[in-house]
Amino acid sequence: MVDGSLPLIWRNFSERYNLMGSKCKSCGKSFFPTRLICPNCRTKGKLVAEQMPFTGKIVSWTKVFVGPQGFDMETPYFLALIELDNGAMILSQLVDNDDGKVRTGARVEKVFRKLQDNDAEGAIAYGYKFRVTG
Amino acid sequence: MRSVSIIGVGLSKFGEQWDKSFRELVAEAGVKAIQDSGLEGREIQAVFGGTMASGKFIGQEHIGALIADQLGLNPLPSTRMEAACASGGVALRNAFTAVASGMYDVVAVGGVEKMTEVSTEAAADALGGAGDQETELFHGATFPALYALLARAHMEKFGTTEEMLASAAVKNHANAVHNPYAQFQRAITIEDVLNSAPVSSPLKLLDCSPITDGAAALLLCETSKAKKIAKQPVEIIASAQASDSLALTGRKSLTELNATKIAARQAFEMAKAKPEQVDFAEVHDCFTIAEILAIEDIGFFKKGEGGKATLAGETAIGGSRPINTSGGLKGKGHPVGATGIAQAIEAYWQLNEKAGKRQVKGAKLGLSHNVGGSGATAVVHVYRRV
Ligand SMILES: [Zn+2]
Repeated sequence: MVDGSLPLIWRNFSERYNLMGSKCKSCGKSFFPTRLICPNCRTKGKLVAEQMPFTGKIVSWTKVFVGPQGFDMETPYFLALIELDNGAMILSQLVDNDDGKVRTGARVEKVFRKLQDNDAEGAIAYGYKFRVTG
Repeated sequence: MRSVSIIGVGLSKFGEQWDKSFRELVAEAGVKAIQDSGLEGREIQAVFGGTMASGKFIGQEHIGALIADQLGLNPLPSTRMEAACASGGVALRNAFTAVASGMYDVVAVGGVEKMTEVSTEAAADALGGAGDQETELFHGATFPALYALLARAHMEKFGTTEEMLASAAVKNHANAVHNPYAQFQRAITIEDVLNSAPVSSPLKLLDCSPITDGAAALLLCETSKAKKIAKQPVEIIASAQASDSLALTGRKSLTELNATKIAARQAFEMAKAKPEQVDFAEVHDCFTIAEILAIEDIGFFKKGEGGKATLAGETAIGGSRPINTSGGLKGKGHPVGATGIAQAIEAYWQLNEKAGKRQVKGAKLGLSHNVGGSGATAVVHVYRRV
């Protein structure tokens, strides 16, 4: 963890709060978080800022029983790899702790939550999590 | 490009070594390797060392100079290499390149990690830095969690079961019983694995490699000179390395490690060999699913068949393709920076018929495969008897 970095919080604000990412106008692919160079088109790509959709579906998931530092209070919790509706991939915690609901293919939507209990970034970190909608 | 051979090896015991410091581990492996080669330290021309997170584990950086100093090798150029858990493999590859290029005739290469000085949580945090800090670790994705996401994708696509995953750990523990350097010298059963504590579903404690202290070192020499010096040099006939996105979200597929596929393909081209010709391999089994992915991505088994093959015993010693005869990362232990070098040492012993009860009879061609992070770096080497 990077300790007490206010510039880090400020830099990540648009990503963590609003899911801002990039879209390549050359190949049409969307990326989260923001990239400066398209991994497909390299410097020939033309990346522009893109607001990610707040909905998508679970591609893979795990229930974490032993978390990293700062997550002790929350364990166990679900993590999922999510394909957003524009095709971009995102890894997120799920707020649902219901074993039956979390499955591959389930629809999810973004919610706004506290991310960590510790003060790794010098303040309580807020940002995106997702919840299962169906 | 010149041919390069291993002429001497040294390994510390792997495990929780509270009575030994980082530098004692370095000295133990390094001195053994130099003695094994029959050379004097002054014949070495350069030093390469792999270590992942010495800053987080012991508060010490500048490991290149530290290694040379501890081995009495000043003023040789000594360089640290870091590629997470592939630090050792990357150090080996750079040492190989230095001799193959003609710049040096003899170099020393080692790997070391001292992981038990910090709490388990702090160790997990240090290792988590091998993934993407901002979009993975920060959101609670531990290292086991990343491999658990890969495991679930493989299980749902190919019908790989938890028993199949467990069988990789069972087999590696069975091999480690015969390795005096291994952290765990006890056999386990599939039930032991399935009943062990959940870490990150579907992975359980015994699906995971342990926290380990250890060091490994070897000497590389240009092959014509190696033949004059060493009784049984082992030639490195291929060295390849590939990269992929740090985060899983950037991968083309969740059921393969593309860096492994590319490094393996390049290594086989360089070695002018095919996967079917490999007599044994040390692959990167930081988690049981990692071994299944590796044996498929290298080309030993068809995609999706690795779990079944492992459960059927095909990768055991005496099977069609022995994998991780040393015990692998799971049984032998995984001092991350040392792992890539320790794999090469097992290849050296196997090809010299010095592997004792884990010897693969008549082994002529071996392979090692070292992964950094959840697949962002992969390094493959191929070895043969000279
Ligand atoms: Zn593009």
